Amino acid sequence: MTVQPLNRLQAAWRAARDIADGMVVNLGLGMPLHVADYLGPEVDVFIQSENGVIGVGPLAPTDRIDTDLVDAGSRRITLRPGASIVDSSWSFAMIRGGHVDVTILGAFEVAANGDLANWDMRLPNKGPLVGGAMDLAVGARAVWVIMEHMTRKGTPRLVETCTLPLTAVRCVKRVYTDLAVIEVTHDGMVVREMLDDMTEAELRARTGATLVFAPDCRPLVAPPIAQPE
Amino acid sequence: MPIDKRVNSAAEALADVSDGATVLISGFGGAGFANVLIRALCDRGAKNLTLVVNSATHRYSLTHELIEAGLVRKIVCSAARSHNAEPTPFERLWVAGKIDLECVPQGTFAERIRAGGAGIAAFYTPVGFGTELAGGKEVRCFDGREHVLEQAIKGDLALVRADTADRYGNLTFRYAQINFGPVMAMAAKLAVAEVRTVLDAPIPHDRVQLPGVFVDRVVAAGK
Repeated sequence: MTVQPLNRLQAAWRAARDIADGMVVNLGLGMPLHVADYLGPEVDVFIQSENGVIGVGPLAPTDRIDTDLVDAGSRRITLRPGASIVDSSWSFAMIRGGHVDVTILGAFEVAANGDLANWDMRLPNKGPLVGGAMDLAVGARAVWVIMEHMTRKGTPRLVETCTLPLTAVRCVKRVYTDLAVIEVTHDGMVVREMLDDMTEAELRARTGATLVFAPDCRPLVAPPIAQPE
Repeated sequence: MPIDKRVNSAAEALADVSDGATVLISGFGGAGFANVLIRALCDRGAKNLTLVVNSATHRYSLTHELIEAGLVRKIVCSAARSHNAEPTPFERLWVAGKIDLECVPQGTFAERIRAGGAGIAAFYTPVGFGTELAGGKEVRCFDGREHVLEQAIKGDLALVRADTADRYGNLTFRYAQINFGPVMAMAAKLAVAEVRTVLDAPIPHDRVQLPGVFVDRVVAAGK
């Protein structure tokens, strides 16, 4: 099986295609943050960060860094026009109250019923770090996940039942992996797009949950994007 | 007597902090850490502290100095992990069972503190349902959705970083510095703010981000 999976930036590019004009979007640390780099000029969105920034702009150039202007990941940012900044309780009222249209999160595992595990890998001697993950997974109007289809050890991340501690139950609506785009529905996982040079059997072999292939399942394609080392 | 909440030093601002205090400390994402006050609290040497702080340790915060000095008994936070390969002082003490940890989803953390300052004893939130962080907590269904009962957090002391203050204790914040400052000041018996500068003139009413009603002492800490 010679399959050329998308790299992380290509997966972010693909997720960015589904961000609609006018949305309020929260991007998790890691792969999801790259989605902001691939929004088209026709898409005007506000990126919300859990620390209370509504309207995160590009990273600050080194000569314009302000140590008080950061996002939830401690990155030194700029603000977009129309931005505002609120305190943490208001920021999470926005998240919990359903005022964020979509959050795109990284994950360790997603289950067939939409259960999400993305906060605790049970690393020995490392403290837990939940941050705003549970609030976002429960509160955002849609929860999308970007993750590699399999772990480095080659085990599936899409599973019947999560084995790692849950972030939230039945919350994930869509998953973008390096192999496929999958919707999580009441009837289980539905493959909407899959790499062109892959067979259904090959995708099933890499997936720990039952897959249904949409009748109009399309090829998953992305332009070449070099992945920085 | 005219209201004047200005004090001359961080040490003076914290002179009456006792052992066993619950201390709320602002700061998140690298902004708003009350590091001058944290160091003064360290110098004060009050023991058996409970820290309520978003990150147990953060590379821009000095909470690790309190932890290393053995002054902390328990931490309530949403993040207890460093990005370093080396374990932090917190992680070493926590693994050794010498410090207690309560890990709380960040929005629940903010709302529990807000409730503490707003006269709300507890509230139901959908966040955490079905996870180990809701273990042992009451669950109740509203509108067909499961919610978890979460209790308010109150503190003896809040340490807050802000940008400017006036003598009435009114505060302004720069950018993302604001984060947990307002709710923490509201939820503590004694709220102390360190600011870049204390202004001689009152802050205009429409610039005040936290009214001085919620702030007891302000100290100029510079940049």
